[in-house]
Amino acid sequence: MLHIRNLSRPGLDPLDFDLADGEALAVLGPSGSGKTLLLRAIADLDPNDGEVSLDGANRGAMPAPAWRRQVTYLPAEPGWWGDRVADHFPEPEVARALFPPLSLPVTMMERPLAELSTGERHRIALARVLVQSPKVLLLDEPTSGLDQGSTRGVEAMLRERMSAGMSLIFSTHDEDLAKRLGNRRMRVHKGQVEMVES
Amino acid sequence: MTATYISLDYSDLALAALLLVLNAGLSIWLRLSLERQFLIAAARMCVQLGLVSLVLKALFELVSPWLTALAVLVMILFAGREVMGRQERRFRGLWAYGLGTSSVLFAGTLVTLFALSTQIQPDPWYHPRYAIPLLGMILGNTMTGISVGLNTLTSQIKRERPAIETMLALGETRRTAFRPLVRASVRTGLIPIVNAMSAAGVVSLPGMMTGQILSGVDPLEAIKYQILIMFLIAGGTGIGVVTAVHTGARRLSDTRHRLRLDRLADS
Repeated sequence: MLHIRNLSRPGLDPLDFDLADGEALAVLGPSGSGKTLLLRAIADLDPNDGEVSLDGANRGAMPAPAWRRQVTYLPAEPGWWGDRVADHFPEPEVARALFPPLSLPVTMMERPLAELSTGERHRIALARVLVQSPKVLLLDEPTSGLDQGSTRGVEAMLRERMSAGMSLIFSTHDEDLAKRLGNRRMRVHKGQVEMVES
Repeated sequence: MTATYISLDYSDLALAALLLVLNAGLSIWLRLSLERQFLIAAARMCVQLGLVSLVLKALFELVSPWLTALAVLVMILFAGREVMGRQERRFRGLWAYGLGTSSVLFAGTLVTLFALSTQIQPDPWYHPRYAIPLLGMILGNTMTGISVGLNTLTSQIKRERPAIETMLALGETRRTAFRPLVRASVRTGLIPIVNAMSAAGVVSLPGMMTGQILSGVDPLEAIKYQILIMFLIAGGTGIGVVTAVHTGARRLSDTRHRLRLDRLADS
């Protein structure tokens, strides 16, 4: 269980919530409202205050890289450091198994990134996170730039992971996606967070 | 040493200054509007070098450890200012000046002390006639390397930001995430000295060796000094660039392995 008390940072008012294993929380709100700030604060990617723990283990008591391997943030525009897709996977053979469910051909592993579309890169970035099997996944706009077919693939993959116990927090503009995938929803407006009763 | 040293008269300099008048004339003729700058720069050079010669003469006569140390400090502070001046994007606060200056101080004094205590061994060891020219040559090159290395680090980090942040988000340490950028920055800082060594004697006759030859030293002796200096410069640049870039990279991240671009001033 992810446990959050008094989490705050510049641009975000203090907030509290708990997220059980396998649960999904949708974060809704207009652009610039603070959705990304919230996800980054949970991953400890920017200076922030508050008490955050996972399964009773306090975030501050472990090195930040260890925390981020369990609570992993995927930005809306992920970065790349190599030329080929395979350069971004420590074990490309293992990661290849994740490609077909995300409607990516396995041969894509050998292709240069520059040749791929935004949507394809987005799904590769998702595979790169999932291969590490995080306990909590923080997704920033997971389906932006995806067509209907690949959105379904991504959703199915996330559901499968959630039934295995992964928790999910995702930001989106898409109310339908929030209802379909999120067990719970929260709205962010000018850095203020409000839980939506369902 | 039996070779002769030909002393220059002031009239010799005045004669050479005619070339400058020629330059000014060309500038007027071709409307380069550089004539004023030419004359001011030449006058500045004469005054600056004149003052330096007086300072050096006094230092050499006194051979005082304190005055030598003071001269060394002034040189290092100027070198640090020069490093800061060459940055497109500076660190915020004291780091803007402190990082370059402390790296120059560390690398420059370390290598100079090494040379004075082992290869050259003047008596006393801090004799300004050896310490100051040595430090000057090492500082000049170390300073250039550090400026270039730091400038690469701080100007490229914006472009590399998504890659670094994604690596950090995936749970890599700041060391791993910064490695490609740190490597590129150290490389650009070190390339000039590699080039200078490869070109020495073929494309360029290094200034120090040429100076010694003009003053009557046997070329075989002169190149020994030149090679020593080149090695010292390479060592100083290496130590200085690695120190500055690594410290800079640490400053651009924190102990929670976050990228801290807020510690850079807006360009």
